Amino acid sequence: MEYVLDVKNLQKHFADHSAVNGIDLLVEEGKFFSILGPSGCGKTTLLRMIAGFLEPTSGSIKIRDEEMTGVAPNHRPVNLVFQNLALFPMMNVEQNIAFGLKRKKLSQKEIDKKVNDILEKVHLKGYGKKEVSQLSGGQKQRIAIARSLVLEPSILLLDEPLGALDLKLRETMKIELKKLQAEFGTTFIYITHDQSEALVMSDKVAVMNNGQFEQIDTPKNLYANPKTSFVAGFVGESNIFNAKLDKDDNVISEEGLNFKVTLIDEITKNCEVYIRPESIILMPDDTLEGLNLFQLTVKTILFDGSNTKLLTTIEKTNHEIMVSLPQNRQFAHIKDGDVIQAGVHFNDCKCYKK
Amino acid sequence: MKSYTKLGFYVFLVPILMWLFLLIVIPQIELLIMSLRFENDAGDMVWSFENYKEFFVNEIYWYTFMRTALYAIIVTFLTFIVTFPIAFYITKIVNKKYSAFLIILLLLPFWVSELVRVYGWTILLRESGVINYFLQNLGLTTRGIEMLYNDASMIMGLVYTSMLFMVVPLISSLEGMDDSYIEAASDLGASRLTIFFKIVIPYCASGIVSGSIVVFMLTLGNYLTPNLMGGKNSLWFTEQIYNEFIASLNWNQGAAFGFLLLILSSLIIWAGLKISKQNLAKALS
Repeated sequence: MEYVLDVKNLQKHFADHSAVNGIDLLVEEGKFFSILGPSGCGKTTLLRMIAGFLEPTSGSIKIRDEEMTGVAPNHRPVNLVFQNLALFPMMNVEQNIAFGLKRKKLSQKEIDKKVNDILEKVHLKGYGKKEVSQLSGGQKQRIAIARSLVLEPSILLLDEPLGALDLKLRETMKIELKKLQAEFGTTFIYITHDQSEALVMSDKVAVMNNGQFEQIDTPKNLYANPKTSFVAGFVGESNIFNAKLDKDDNVISEEGLNFKVTLIDEITKNCEVYIRPESIILMPDDTLEGLNLFQLTVKTILFDGSNTKLLTTIEKTNHEIMVSLPQNRQFAHIKDGDVIQAGVHFNDCKCYKK
Repeated sequence: MKSYTKLGFYVFLVPILMWLFLLIVIPQIELLIMSLRFENDAGDMVWSFENYKEFFVNEIYWYTFMRTALYAIIVTFLTFIVTFPIAFYITKIVNKKYSAFLIILLLLPFWVSELVRVYGWTILLRESGVINYFLQNLGLTTRGIEMLYNDASMIMGLVYTSMLFMVVPLISSLEGMDDSYIEAASDLGASRLTIFFKIVIPYCASGIVSGSIVVFMLTLGNYLTPNLMGGKNSLWFTEQIYNEFIASLNWNQGAAFGFLLLILSSLIIWAGLKISKQNLAKALS
């Protein structure tokens, strides 16, 4: 397997805290790779070290087997799409895209050709003479990406470039970005705190917390088999119970509920149980085996189209639980205050140490 | 509601118009009339362009003006060279915590009147001044050197006087520039020099132009600094105007020179804007 980026034991310490604590990362050629984490987890620091704006305290960064530490940003084969895009306001679209090509001392003829080609590829043919201020949010986005891609970098780094867009446009741009990546075949490393952006677009996602990677996996695996409680809580929604180990794979929650669970970590005593809203089965068939059964009291229905959920309390306690409500008329009769039987398979009750 | 805003508009407009009209337009008209009056050989006052002709015929005036304009351009350029690194340091390099403090340090000397500041320079530079005192005590020179009353000291004084008016617009335009532009340029392969000339300077162009216009106008119209630091031979055009008004008591000639200064300096600024491809409205906004 060809690795375009090889990061080994990377550390970055600032005067009062350490932002990146020993990161190892291998990124395959031509993939869409996302780094997902809450703000302050060190993902921007990591990105800036790859781009060359920060020098690591220790560790190595190799791009296509070439050591990058000590190489200035203008000599690295990576390009960064900034959070605010940083399109130069005093230049038009064409001049913005040509800026990097001119630094490479290409002839004017070559530059013109490359600029026109890339404008066509990002579906903005004929926009060359426009001023940056005349473009819409999505167009600016594509120009910023074109300005970087025209240099044919080994890796394109993207620092939450969708953050400033409104929701509707963000949804469209997600798909657009994914398509662009597939068309160009360039390796994308995409930084975000938005799990849906990471899951939808990426081939692989690294979940980052406190300067370290918690898990590097495909979006599907990340969602289905989170390796740590942080990943389980950060990626997707979960209902969480504080519990104590009873015996074998049985736990008792703070509220006194009994669960048969799947142990992910080695547990001695205290633990947390994570249950996804969609893994809870309403009114399960008696023939189903391996279920933890309980009564839910409906507090309210949170209608959100296909994503509608029930906010319920479990048994006689006040512990709130979210349950996905399939919109297929089967459960249309459910209303506030109803008590319903529900169950969840022990495979879907994931137990982590606390 | 609408009539109120209209009323408000006029309430604020009238004082400005009155100020412009009473203090600028009327005296200028008076001066314009004066500049066009000439005492002929018979001792009668007649309408004539003779006062203006004097400027072009008599070499010394023409020469003084060219010298003044040239030095004002040099001063403007030097002021930019001196203040730009300061503005860049304050806005982009130093920790944001200290930048307000540094700006105050920069403004502090300008709370003192120009006269006092220029006298400060003379105390430093004159033959029996502070610098000469140290030079003599260190044995580097036996006799006091006169550092005042030459063009170099005059230009230095003018640059010093003008710095504030350049540094403030530069700081405000640099502050408006997001650091990511510099980083993006570097990321796209630009060297420091390219970033400076292709990104920073074009971005700050309006600030540079507005600062330059103010510095140029103030330097051209400065009387105090050339007179005190340039000495008797400094030949600054404002001194010629002053001489006509006060020494020769030839107000008509003085008025004509005043108008020529206004017209020629406007022409120079116009040419400057054309060359740098800027426009006045954008530079001053």
